[in-house]
Amino acid sequence: MKLIREVKIMFQGKKAIVIGERDGVPGPAIAKCLSAAGAEIVYTTTECFV
Amino acid sequence: MDAEAQGSIKKIVESQDSKDNFIVVLGASDLEGAEISAETVTLGDPSFAGPLAGVSLGLPVYHILEPDVRKYIPEDVYNESVGIMAMVIDPQEVGERFKNIREKVAKNNPS
Amino acid sequence: MSVVIKDCAYVLVHVPDFVRYGSKPSRDIAVNGEEGRQLEKRISEHVRSYEEAVAYPPNQVFIGNIHPDELHNILKPWYEHPLEDAKREGKFGEILGEEEFYGWVRIADDFNLIWLTPDFIERIRDKAASSPFLTESDLKKLGSGVPLGKILDKVEHDFALPLYYEGAIVGSVRRDHDMDDSLKAHVLLENIFAKASGALVMHHLFRRANLKPEEVDFVLSCSEEAVGDRYNRGGGSLSKAIGEMCHCVNATGHDIKAFCAAPLHALLDAASMVEAGIFKNVVVVGGGCLAKIGMKYSGHLKHQMPILEDVLAGIAFAVTKDDGVNPIIRLDCVGKHDIGAASNQEAIMRSLVIKPLNKIGKKMMEIDRYATEMHNPEVTLPAGSGNTPYTNYKLMGALAVMAKEIDPGSIEEFVRKKGMPGFSPTQGHVPAAVPFLGHALEAMRRGEMNTTLFVAKGSLFLGRMSQLSDGMSLLLERNPQARKS
Repeated sequence: MKLIREVKIMFQGKKAIVIGERDGVPGPAIAKCLSAAGAEIVYTTTECFV
Repeated sequence: MDAEAQGSIKKIVESQDSKDNFIVVLGASDLEGAEISAETVTLGDPSFAGPLAGVSLGLPVYHILEPDVRKYIPEDVYNESVGIMAMVIDPQEVGERFKNIREKVAKNNPS
Repeated sequence: MSVVIKDCAYVLVHVPDFVRYGSKPSRDIAVNGEEGRQLEKRISEHVRSYEEAVAYPPNQVFIGNIHPDELHNILKPWYEHPLEDAKREGKFGEILGEEEFYGWVRIADDFNLIWLTPDFIERIRDKAASSPFLTESDLKKLGSGVPLGKILDKVEHDFALPLYYEGAIVGSVRRDHDMDDSLKAHVLLENIFAKASGALVMHHLFRRANLKPEEVDFVLSCSEEAVGDRYNRGGGSLSKAIGEMCHCVNATGHDIKAFCAAPLHALLDAASMVEAGIFKNVVVVGGGCLAKIGMKYSGHLKHQMPILEDVLAGIAFAVTKDDGVNPIIRLDCVGKHDIGAASNQEAIMRSLVIKPLNKIGKKMMEIDRYATEMHNPEVTLPAGSGNTPYTNYKLMGALAVMAKEIDPGSIEEFVRKKGMPGFSPTQGHVPAAVPFLGHALEAMRRGEMNTTLFVAKGSLFLGRMSQLSDGMSLLLERNPQARKS
């Protein structure tokens, strides 16, 4: 499968899998950013390790 | 990454004909932990405990705080949703770490 | 304002033989057959002794014998630098051993769920009898024991779980229904551990606060469990069960459920009841969480460390009318994370810090100390879970930057002066700001500190009913009347 070697990333049209963290950046906050950049959010979770 | 998340991700990815359009974005506060999660969705669960043990999905993986992710997000949305964390976790360090992770994955999965 | 926190108590219970029954270890042991048995053996080889748990510096901070700031001066890893002459008794409570705790568990058992062998009952009887808290009627509940053969049969044929002491089977916990998951053995064990450790810490609170059980009007449990049955899985009331075990004959109670933020929610409710004049003495109590034991065990094993999550933690606070001495809860400065607020970190912190402080015209830098998620980083870092207090203090520092109170270069200084190292066991509700409350009470009574903001978050999304986070903050302030004298 083709991996992205270049730094350039386009989120438009991508299926985004979001793994957030309660004490880092929570899932919904990441999802909001990626949606605004044109991604389709297919999975969001916020992990809580404590 | 907990087993439930691993299982859900595996199911979603394997339900599609192609993995080409997927992208994983993390928000972990601890960069060691983030590396483990990144490895889990690329080369497989390094603890060999979850559904992605031995399963190399090879997905592109990024962290929301990487400068090279930030530049593709509308500024106002990013500042509101994530901005403050750039003062908590060093974006340059995040960027370096994840660039290294992606290069390591590319070496392991040349195509 | 007319509400104070009169006193507090903190206990730890060392339960090395129960690491196998923490949620994560038990699931990993169950999944893998022979590998699971090997894992169970490995876990039991990596637990600490009671003496090591007592001398562990963060545990001594928790029970009040040293201040959190002193952890800056102790070499890491802390588990390799035990405190000399560390005592089991602390200013705020004690660190109880497993053998003695079995006595409390048996006494907490009103349904004959816990069977212990006659030999083990005899072994624990004297220690139970020497407890300053247990009465003759309590001790009668130890009973005479159940023969080992019957215990083993129950384990073999009826889904009971074996109970161990120093690796040997000394008893069992049975299920109380053959088709009710809420009454299966493991759940009942979790519940009864919360009850027993809750009762222990409540007794310590009464002694410290000079409060008689019969003076308590209401009990609020903020524990992490789900006492209930198949028709009502979280029905409760652990509050009343703990109150009963502590002979609070004039009290009733109800359970506060808000994930990790529950202790601050419970303190708010207690303060509201007292402020409204409904009750005079309200006790908030949190028993220990067996499910959280050994949660990060795999990180500890990987780093050749002892398994540090081997202690249950209990917390208790007495909330009462202003006595002119003890610190007050500023009910005009309550922070809450509203449903309509955004879920990003800035919005959460603004809700819990800036907004309530603005209400009373205070700036962030005017608050002497902040207490946040106080998880011991030595537990979490090896498992890749980060340094939770440090991350949260940096976030608060970043907020102070955004509020233009400090410049970005001063965030680390903010962390050092307004924060502190984490030291709490990772028991969920317990680390959520309140571990510092006892130290804050002491400092305020001595006139060394005026204000502390306690800020806690709750991960409601884990229950899969809402994607929302939750949070609560409370400001504790030195009593104005004490300031005048």
